[in-house]
Amino acid sequence: MFFTYLRRELRRRRKAALVVASGLALGIALVIVVSSVSSGMEKAQGKVLQSLYGLGTDMTVTKAAQAQSSTGERPRFQFDARGSDSDEEQSSDRVMVQGFQTLATSTVSKVGDQKGVSDVVGGLSLQVVKVSGQFRQGQFQQDQQSGGGGNQQGGQPGAQQSPEGRVEGGGADFDVNNYSVYGTDVTKPALGPLTSSKITSGRTFKSSETNAKVVVADKSYAKEKKLVLGDTVTIKSVKYKVIGIATPDSGDAAANLYIPLKQAQTLSDSKNKVTTIYVKASDSQQISAVKSTIQKNISGTTVTTSADLADTVSGSLSTASDLASNVGKWLSIAVLVAAFLVAGLLTSSAVSRRVREFGTLKALGWKSGRVTRQVVGEAVVNGLVGGALGIALGLGGAYVVTAISPTLQAEVGSTGGALGGGGPGGGGGGMGGPARQTASKALDVALTAPVALSTIALAVGLAVTGGLIAGAFGGWRASRLRPADALRRVE
Amino acid sequence: MYELRGVTKRYKRGKESVDALDGVDLTIGDGDRLVIQGPTGGGKSTLLQMLGGLDRPTAGSVELDGTDLARLSESKLTKVRSENIGFVFQSFNLIPTLTAQENVETALVPLKLKVRERRERAAAALDSVGLAERLGHLPAELSGGQQQRVAIARALVKQPKVLLADEPTGNLDESMRDEIMDVLETMWKEHGLTFIMVTHDSAIAKKAPRVATIRKGKITVKENANS
Repeated sequence: MFFTYLRRELRRRRKAALVVASGLALGIALVIVVSSVSSGMEKAQGKVLQSLYGLGTDMTVTKAAQAQSSTGERPRFQFDARGSDSDEEQSSDRVMVQGFQTLATSTVSKVGDQKGVSDVVGGLSLQVVKVSGQFRQGQFQQDQQSGGGGNQQGGQPGAQQSPEGRVEGGGADFDVNNYSVYGTDVTKPALGPLTSSKITSGRTFKSSETNAKVVVADKSYAKEKKLVLGDTVTIKSVKYKVIGIATPDSGDAAANLYIPLKQAQTLSDSKNKVTTIYVKASDSQQISAVKSTIQKNISGTTVTTSADLADTVSGSLSTASDLASNVGKWLSIAVLVAAFLVAGLLTSSAVSRRVREFGTLKALGWKSGRVTRQVVGEAVVNGLVGGALGIALGLGGAYVVTAISPTLQAEVGSTGGALGGGGPGGGGGGMGGPARQTASKALDVALTAPVALSTIALAVGLAVTGGLIAGAFGGWRASRLRPADALRRVE
Repeated sequence: MYELRGVTKRYKRGKESVDALDGVDLTIGDGDRLVIQGPTGGGKSTLLQMLGGLDRPTAGSVELDGTDLARLSESKLTKVRSENIGFVFQSFNLIPTLTAQENVETALVPLKLKVRERRERAAAALDSVGLAERLGHLPAELSGGQQQRVAIARALVKQPKVLLADEPTGNLDESMRDEIMDVLETMWKEHGLTFIMVTHDSAIAKKAPRVATIRKGKITVKENANS
């Protein structure tokens, strides 16, 4: 009798049932879409962070930032002026440690010994500035009025008035090539920024190549410089053979070129130094605790987790993420509350219209509880129908977002000690004093909206809750009905 | 069967109060047939509610086979109604979404019978009122007289001791009225139950052996020598 009565009643009040179900469906669909978009945002942010950190890194350790010295060294480039008709090209490389100060390699082991650390690797980020071109001296032209004089060696281009004549011609025609190099620990290929790229041509480093003159080039940089496997790249007069081309999984690569750590240390006169230590925690739930342990036991370091870095993410990804988590969340809650309220009121109203019916059943001997269960049952079924509709709508919405896959931009600003990996061609970052921070890095990420099983379970839970709330409204009303109302006459 | 002593029902409306029943004393024996008459607002429905355990008196007692319905808990009262009292209403009060058979079954649901037994008894009850071919029809598909016969079948399917009818012919035309009264009288005789009916219809009242008249909450009972 229960299910027969329930089924017939819902069929009779199809329209009202649909209104209740639709309201619940809207709220539930919104919850699914907002949850899945938020999840997509987290994934996108994870990709952004991954592109900087590499796969598997939970935190980085860098030297704590110190005040800049006013007498900090700046690179100087000195060239000799060649003859005015000389075509000789001159070049000079300056290899500088990028971003932050360096840590001793021994710190890597110290960090590795800390409780909760599963794996650790050090890396050295460098910025190379190469100036190359032609520098020709000008020619001294005797002023006829003053007489005498001959060619003078001088380097200043353009006319220069003097009592005896002026320098004409000469000049400088030079190119500035600015690129990043990352010294990677080839014995631990599973950690560090290179893990966020895939070797799409050639091979990666062998663990025996700790001091080999080999280089893996980022795909974009290789394309720009027309580098192929077997080519040679010269850094500070040292020739490196291109053994592999790496393509980043998402966003930009951590560096233009990757070489063995020892080579990077030699090039930059940073023997036994690293700029960043990449740490993997044993338990992803204990990252904060590991961070505290490292900071406590190893002084003079700054530990940055991906959560810390996530706070510096700005751009449309960050804006959209804030929108989803704040506006989206509260909007979903508001719509759900409204839907629950409407469902409750409509159910209560339906019970009011069935006073005679329920009064008759009570007069026939139906207990209040049985009548209430009938009302609650109808409301729960309404809720489940709403839930099914909502899940379908929500999945549809999430599918549309994933299909469109809008591109969002993430700008990762510098923090006190973050970003062990630099960006390619870092626009002047890394030049100057040792404590200058890296420029912020912009990455494009495609947004998806993955729907987790937990989200579907949440939706079903909300549907049942909505039904129960509506049923509670109606059931309370039904339980208060007096059987005597069945005898009320229609005059 | 029924023993009512000093039954009073008072309704309060703000500062004023109205006595729908005022010190009613009434005895109804087993197998009696009683018609209750009176002007509108006189207390007829209120008296029927007391007899059916649908409401409690403000004062007095309503004993059914020695059990004071006014003192019973709600759940016990519900049980008494489910087993012993059948109701027939003026507006039939059938569940519109259930078939004739299912409507009759609703009276058997509280008895927790097996589904098959419940269905069989419902079918038999409908057969006894001449509706064996209408088991699967919804109320909207039945005439007024047929609907009232379904209601009578529903009232009697549990073999109650008492049948309470509130203006059972009130919504029917004259020919159907006679038809329904014939069914009710037949059932009364066949089942040997106590039959109490409220009606405005004098023609029906004349045929009843006892007539109770309620005016302003007070009752007078007359034996009808011509019934």
